[in-house]
Amino acid sequence: MNKLLEVKNVVKKFNTGGLFSNKKLTAVNDVSFTLDKNKPEIFTIIGESGSGKTTLARMILGLETTTHGEILHEGKRVDGNANRSTRMNFMRSVQPVFQNPFEAFNPLKKIDQYLVSTTKELLQIEDDEEVKTIIDDNLQKVGLSHAEIMGRYPHELSGGQLQRTAIARALICNPSLLVADEPVSMVDASLKMSIVNLLQSLRDDFGVNVIYITHDLATAYYISDRIIIMQKGLVVEMGPARPILDDPKHPYSQLLKASVLSIADAGNGQLAPATDLIEIVNRNEGQIGKMRTYEDTRQVREYS
Amino acid sequence: MSDVLTVNKLKAYYIMNYFGTKREVRAVDNVSLTIRKNEIYGIAGESSSGKTSLIKVFAAAMRPPFEIVDGDIKFDFGDVKIDPYAEDKSKVDALRWSHFSYIMQGSMSVLNPVRKIGKTFEDFALKPMGVSKAAFKPLVIEHLEKLKLSPDILNSYPHELSGGMRQRVTIALATVCRPKFIIADEPTTALDVVVQKEVLSMIRGIQQEMGSSVVFVTHDMSVHANITDRIGIFYAGRLVEEGPTKLMFEQPKHPYTYHLVSSIPRIGDTQRRTSLEGKPPSLATPPNGCRFHPRCPIATDKCSQENPELIDIGQGRRVACFHSDKVKPLAEAIQ
Ligand SMILES: Nc1ncnc2c1ncn2[C@@H]1O[C@H](COP(=O)(O)OP(=O)(O)OP(=O)(O)O)[C@@H](O)[C@H]1O
Ligand SMILES: Nc1ncnc2c1ncn2[C@@H]1O[C@H](COP(=O)(O)OP(=O)(O)OP(=O)(O)O)[C@@H](O)[C@H]1O
Ligand code: SF4
Ligand SMILES: [Mg+2]
Ligand SMILES: [Mg+2]
Repeated sequence: MNKLLEVKNVVKKFNTGGLFSNKKLTAVNDVSFTLDKNKPEIFTIIGESGSGKTTLARMILGLETTTHGEILHEGKRVDGNANRSTRMNFMRSVQPVFQNPFEAFNPLKKIDQYLVSTTKELLQIEDDEEVKTIIDDNLQKVGLSHAEIMGRYPHELSGGQLQRTAIARALICNPSLLVADEPVSMVDASLKMSIVNLLQSLRDDFGVNVIYITHDLATAYYISDRIIIMQKGLVVEMGPARPILDDPKHPYSQLLKASVLSIADAGNGQLAPATDLIEIVNRNEGQIGKMRTYEDTRQVREYS
Repeated sequence: MSDVLTVNKLKAYYIMNYFGTKREVRAVDNVSLTIRKNEIYGIAGESSSGKTSLIKVFAAAMRPPFEIVDGDIKFDFGDVKIDPYAEDKSKVDALRWSHFSYIMQGSMSVLNPVRKIGKTFEDFALKPMGVSKAAFKPLVIEHLEKLKLSPDILNSYPHELSGGMRQRVTIALATVCRPKFIIADEPTTALDVVVQKEVLSMIRGIQQEMGSSVVFVTHDMSVHANITDRIGIFYAGRLVEEGPTKLMFEQPKHPYTYHLVSSIPRIGDTQRRTSLEGKPPSLATPPNGCRFHPRCPIATDKCSQENPELIDIGQGRRVACFHSDKVKPLAEAIQ
């Protein structure tokens, strides 16, 4: 195995309750996984709102330090605690797509200017025409064009246009790892499928590993190779995506699947919670338990 | 049933000047609709078809270069009737939060980054609620609980919360005063499906309890299926179909609606799905005739020349398509 990314027993604790309080919140609790350079995959993270998905992504991107554990890229430490030059190297081969496109762009800078400076910096290209072609090529991949965004500020684009621009930006420097936090939450069904198909082609045709964070179980099923399901900082189930989503074993994974809204009875508001599963999930709350490995290689957290 | 909001032949464009040449983005192009008392009206449609622009008009949140070019809107809240664009701004602002509230897309911008969440609640909601500070806090905490948020978050700054937590805070802000008219733009995109369901059911609950009206914009058709009473579908700045939720899913009459409801991916589905052919139209230079014609599977010559009017087809439905009788029912396909 040629390890592209190794996440080893990573923990993140935040101080909460003000500057002088020592109350701590464990946002990410002992997460480990490895991505193989020779076997690119779409590695999906699904989970509860507030379960630490974005924090984990930020640690992988070196934007947040780890409290314990380490993150290695091709064998070298790259987490926020690593030295600057290894991090700079790493930053060129891993690209983020941030969760909320409305927060991801500098509101005072025109989008095309931002893309131009990113391209020049990351690819070390000076020729304006060449830069423009690269930008336009990448915007075309997400159904946009240079002409559409030219001269515009972030607030002058729609939610979906912004989200797609963020994806195009991440593609500019041909990353070997893409960390995409909710990249299709604000686009219509048609664009969603074309972006998801694009992620697939990045994996299959360009050997890119993709960490795909989402709340959408259906697209997760459609494109993922492996999946981890998180709840309150802990991984509760991890392994091959389709077997897990077809037949989840952990009660929280089961609750997630049971809560997916259906369109079968459109117009009749089926919003009743799955109370039986919620009860089981609540009963286990606060326990850490242990991961057990199943025959199909998945790992499931179990409690005594 | 009485109408709370009446929108009449509304045209609202972004009108820009690039070095002397005028450029218009016709984001809202001749839209007429009404929102009734006691209903949830869903808005779906293509990305950049003008959904956010339209509800910015509703919420009196327009900023230059966005302007109303033609048509008008009127609110009738029962106790107050108002045309927000004919009236003094202060009069409109006095109704914000108490009569109508607006949850913006990616709405974190209402949250002041250097102010704790608890303070933000006081800034916006204390006055319209009309209670003392001491009575206010327990009410807020009770409300947060319904959104599965712990009271601790009142002491947090926005950046200390996850995306989904911030999104719920903005929903809490917009609903805590129980306004008569709630405008929500993609309010549940950052929520896991368990929390999303509870949040939707809270919104439904408040709406029913108060008999209020909600305009709910989202791309997530399964959300529309479960929370809305009626749905309006937008394509390239125009309302192309409208009707009761059940009928829109079972027998869409516009080819674009058909595409939307038939392309919803489901768990267990591994068949390669393709998207609509071609690119979304530009609103600066929209195609002639029916704006959907370059991508429509059943388009004819007429479609590329004439613009189909939105017409009443009975059962509370309106559709803008010359060949709506050729759109197949979907009832079987979505079982
Ligand atoms: N800078 C911070 N200071 C204090 N607490 C934080 C900080 N950042 C995140 N947290 C907390 O860590 C937890 C995990 O947050 P995170 O953003 O990683 O969740 P998430 O899984 O991405 O959720 P969502 O699906 O809602 O985006 C939350 O309880 C959040 O309040
Ligand atoms: N301030 C602005 N100046 C110029 N054009 C704008 C401005 N705001 C939006 N637009 C343009 O108006 C069109 C409609 O945008 P709008 O935000 O209403 O779309 P939307 O339907 O909400 O899309 P999405 O689903 O992607 O959020 C888009 O082409 C957008 O680029
Ligand atoms: S009017 Fe013609 S092009 Fe437009 S949706 Fe109907 S069939 Fe398609
Ligand atoms: Mg997040
Ligand atoms: Mg929008």
